[in-house]
Amino acid sequence: MDITQKWIPFSAPRLRARAVLMPFFGVLLFLLGWQALAQWGGLPAFILPSPAQVGARFVRALAEGSLARHTGITLGEVLLGLVSGVSAGTILGYLAAKHKALEEFLAPALAASQAIPIVALAPLLVIWFGAGIFSKILVGGLIVFFPVLVNTMTGLRAVPRPLTELMRSLRASPWQILWHLEIPAALPVFLSGLKMGATLSVIGAVVGELVGANGGLGFLINLGRGQFDTALVFVATFTLAGMALLLYGAVHLLEKTLLAWQEKA
Amino acid sequence: MSTLLPPLALRVQNLSITYPDANAGLHALGPVSFEIPTRQFVCVLGPSGSGKSTLLRALAGLLPPNAGQVNFLSPTNPRIGFVFQQSNLMPWRTVLENILLPLELEGMPRDLARQKAAELVLLVGLESFENSLPRDLSGGMAQRVALARALVHDPDILLLDEPFGSLDALTRERMWAELSRIWQARQKTVLMVTHSISEALFLADRVLVFSARPGRMRLDLPIPLPRPREDEMRYTPAFGKLARQLKDAIEEDR
Ligand SMILES: Nc1ncnc2c1ncn2[C@@H]1O[C@H](COP(=O)(O)OP(=O)(O)O)[C@@H](O)[C@H]1O
Ligand SMILES: [Mg+2]
Repeated sequence: MDITQKWIPFSAPRLRARAVLMPFFGVLLFLLGWQALAQWGGLPAFILPSPAQVGARFVRALAEGSLARHTGITLGEVLLGLVSGVSAGTILGYLAAKHKALEEFLAPALAASQAIPIVALAPLLVIWFGAGIFSKILVGGLIVFFPVLVNTMTGLRAVPRPLTELMRSLRASPWQILWHLEIPAALPVFLSGLKMGATLSVIGAVVGELVGANGGLGFLINLGRGQFDTALVFVATFTLAGMALLLYGAVHLLEKTLLAWQEKA
Repeated sequence: MSTLLPPLALRVQNLSITYPDANAGLHALGPVSFEIPTRQFVCVLGPSGSGKSTLLRALAGLLPPNAGQVNFLSPTNPRIGFVFQQSNLMPWRTVLENILLPLELEGMPRDLARQKAAELVLLVGLESFENSLPRDLSGGMAQRVALARALVHDPDILLLDEPFGSLDALTRERMWAELSRIWQARQKTVLMVTHSISEALFLADRVLVFSARPGRMRLDLPIPLPRPREDEMRYTPAFGKLARQLKDAIEEDR
């Protein structure tokens, strides 16, 4: 018998099974530890509710319809913030890549956006634009705007000059150059900006809601805290995490599809 | 008599190119004047920085001439086939999609474009790689794709800027034979920049030698070597004499 055969540690299917099982065990262990701490740790439920209590609260919030309503509000804010931030960032990033003067004009704002966390502007925006969803869209939009703008600009700057010359020697119109060259060439960097933005937009909306809101998951967190309903705080937090993960996953899927040509064989 | 001569593909008159820079501008090329009859294979030799690439870029319409004129046989928008030292393929397009790019830009229907591109795939011998991505090609294969892309829209002139400069010696010499064959099959007018005297002598009907910057025509030498040109030709007196003449012209500056 070939002795080396014994030592092949993981075949491909076994690796795949491991990739599913290990995270599952990780989550299970976390839940068990949490349950143990809640049960025998001597902590009251308004400090640390057990997973079972949180689960029950989740079902109740779902049945009342309040969870769906607040999730809908936050999701709406996140998506609108994402769309507006991405559109504005992409358009301005494109123009700044084409016109040096615009880039120089934007430079102070870009530098400031690195120095000040945008979320610190949330209270101001809520003061100006009220407790409704508009101020949240604005926070989310702003927070997404900068990474998308910077990545759009960087991506377009990285379009290889010889390819631009090739297109011009073929008498390609500016639109053809945009569609056939600039967009695909800038896409990898743009999408990593979008990925960053997708997660940030959730943070933006929630911080806006925490500052002052009349609906949404951030509002629910504040509500639960005020009523010592800590299980509700957990429910809202987990729902938020799920939302952020879903968004991130969606962009990741987009990346996988659009950038298949990049994958190492 | 003149009716027996092939029509001119290209006429360049007193062409001069200056790049704008901080001072008076960098005078890269000219004035140069020459004419190329259709289907002639012309090589350009010269020290680096003598404006050879500048000439090709001006002919392709990428640079405005500061003085002088460029006239093509086809009066409106000549079609250009350009191959650079690097293959410049789009990494997100397959071999076939890269080749059909010029047709797509012209608005040719997709099916017809694919069909024409497939013919070129055959011509450059890449049948089994139609659907490969550029990252899976060797340097020589990538340059064949670039060549196919430059030919697919039936250009008025083929401009080659050191197209084999980044290939290893063996691949390069194989590409000479390929290019010779393709040039004869497609009956193209070719203007090719090279820094290799052997390459010029294997391929060209005629060699232009440029002086150091600003590039001016130093020598315009017909190459009457018989075709097909084989490797043994290297050791003939005629080859040696032409090589000597070209070398002397290139090194005149030093
Ligand atoms: N885009 C450019 N801007 C300014 N100067 C340039 C540019 N391209 C080339 N040059 C200069 O023009 C001269 C000729 O360049 P080039 O045509 O590339 O020479 P060759 O191809 O013969 O080596 C060189 O001195 C080079 O530095
Ligand atoms: Mg050059």
